[in-house]
Amino acid sequence: MPAPTAETPDPRKLTTKHRASDRLFRAVVTTFSFSALIILTLIGLFLLIKGFSTFKEQGLHFFTTAGWSVTQDANGKDVGHFGLSAMLLGTVLIALVALFIAVPLSVLTALFLTFYAPERIRTFLVSVVDLMAAFPSILYGLWGFFILGPMAEYWAKLINKYLGWIPFLSVPQPSFTRSPFIAGIVLAVMIVPIVTSVSREVFSQTPLDRVQAAYALGASKWGMIKAVVLPFGSSGIVGGAMLGLGRAFGETVAVYSVLNIVFRPNWHILFTQGGNVASMIIGQWGEAGKAEVSALLAAGLVLFVLTLLVNFAADFVVNRAVKSGR
Amino acid sequence: MTTIQPIRPWAASKADRAMTGASLLSAVLLTALLVAVTPLKGKLAYFFVFFVVWFVLDSILIARRFGTKGVRDGLAAKITLFGAVIVMMAVASILWATISRGVKGLHLSLFSQTMRTTSFTDPFSHGGMLHSIIGTLYLILIAIVISVPMGILTAIYLTEIKGRAAGLIRFLVQAMSGVPSVVAGLFIYAAIILNTPLRNSAFLGGLALTILMVPTVTRTAEEVLNLVPRDLREAGLAMGATQWKTVALVVLPAARSGLITATVLGVARVAGETAPLLFTVGVFDSINKNPFKGGSGTIPTYIWAGLTAGTSDSVQRAWTAILVLLAVVLILFTLARTLGNKKMKAK
Repeated sequence: MPAPTAETPDPRKLTTKHRASDRLFRAVVTTFSFSALIILTLIGLFLLIKGFSTFKEQGLHFFTTAGWSVTQDANGKDVGHFGLSAMLLGTVLIALVALFIAVPLSVLTALFLTFYAPERIRTFLVSVVDLMAAFPSILYGLWGFFILGPMAEYWAKLINKYLGWIPFLSVPQPSFTRSPFIAGIVLAVMIVPIVTSVSREVFSQTPLDRVQAAYALGASKWGMIKAVVLPFGSSGIVGGAMLGLGRAFGETVAVYSVLNIVFRPNWHILFTQGGNVASMIIGQWGEAGKAEVSALLAAGLVLFVLTLLVNFAADFVVNRAVKSGR
Repeated sequence: MTTIQPIRPWAASKADRAMTGASLLSAVLLTALLVAVTPLKGKLAYFFVFFVVWFVLDSILIARRFGTKGVRDGLAAKITLFGAVIVMMAVASILWATISRGVKGLHLSLFSQTMRTTSFTDPFSHGGMLHSIIGTLYLILIAIVISVPMGILTAIYLTEIKGRAAGLIRFLVQAMSGVPSVVAGLFIYAAIILNTPLRNSAFLGGLALTILMVPTVTRTAEEVLNLVPRDLREAGLAMGATQWKTVALVVLPAARSGLITATVLGVARVAGETAPLLFTVGVFDSINKNPFKGGSGTIPTYIWAGLTAGTSDSVQRAWTAILVLLAVVLILFTLARTLGNKKMKAK
């Protein structure tokens, strides 16, 4: 009788290849993950295609002249004269006013929340600041027009009375309503949550050993903040401010509600004339003809590229600031 | 038996507290006095004078014990408090204005009637915003249906697959969150309304909101998925599950409440967006049940119409509608918070 031979099963095939189901899964997920890229490209592409005729007709004048009108030439054809310079100037001015107010406030709030506030107050205030970011922009618009407007007009008068000798704080006529200054304050309130939360994140990542080293050397709390936290967090503050700037460039409804939009470059921030690309778009949209729609889409493209650039730069700065803490 | 009391040399002693209280109280009194006798007036005057007076009084007390270093420290503490108080005053002012002005226009027919037979300038007790509420619900539903799968799949790519493009995608999502809402509306108009037979509808509005909602959902979902312990994934793979099964049956269920939070935060972000709707949804003053055809009322455009009509009745409508919108946002926000906290405690 022959000895029973052991039935050894064939060794299991080992493979590092993903199964079909996994390959499908990975393919689907990867495809979807590119949606951000696709959407951003499509936005740029379609606005460019539809606004191209404006860029071609107006050329560089689109950026250097101020005016927005459609006239008919001898053949009854619509001819548009579109220039964004006043709007671009206004957008930048308002955003700068907003940053000038919001950045100090946000940094102070972030310092208070990170280093001074008792635990309970901190959690409450953090929720409030997050909630502020979720307020609809039209709410800021309504508040800015009805509540803040009259108050800010009074502040503008005071500023003009005592600081009017500074060129950009003077006014050609004593009219202070619906000025870039007021729009700037509204925007400042809107970007405070972003700048605060970015600053707070960076501050809270201050290396503990450096904090304790400062205390061990006898620093007071303020001494510690000045010597350790602020130098460490400065690039985070800059990044947060730039994120806020991007937001301020693109804000539409709130600015439209409080700003008197005029197609004339005005750098007197307390005066009642201002410009803003985003608000101008919704303001002109209602009665826009074909040529004008193209111009508005072109203005939208300019706005899109502007905010995208600012956001890219801000991302770069914030990521570097956050990474250096790890 | 005696219990040993721990020594807390850093804690404020009774004398310290009395000192703080005294300086605060005298600052309040002195402020009232100063505002009364000088030409300064108004709430702002009270506010600023109080901070200045308080700082001076407190500094004198501090200087006696800690010298100039203590004074500088105290100044820094007070100025940061000052900044936080200003921010809180702005929030309080916004909330107070909305509530005090909005409540006047609240009545039941607001939620049962439309503006079909009413004009915005009619007395605000007529008509209602039912059509706007239904329109906004449609928009939000459409935005959720498109953006939540998109956002969660992108987040899965970033946390589970960790492909080579992860850095780039994260960067682009961040950039996308900065797209101005007006541009999102213009894009839908330029891409769809100018190129296809589709015209203003709730569906197109939902698409525009999707662009604004995807980044919020993606970023929150990524954070949440990163919180799922590695052990769970490894356990799933060790049991012989494929990656697809691990993600679908282990990771996503573990992160469920967090993913709901992500959705809710996204909805809170877009619920009040107005600008994109002006290009994509159009207006309609009664209920439109078809989201693909015809304009639709929405809460933000209702507020917009009330604001731009400019009469006291129409503005009253706007305030009341914004109160309703704010209440919705607040509820969503609290919901997201409680869900988020539950998730934290479970860990």
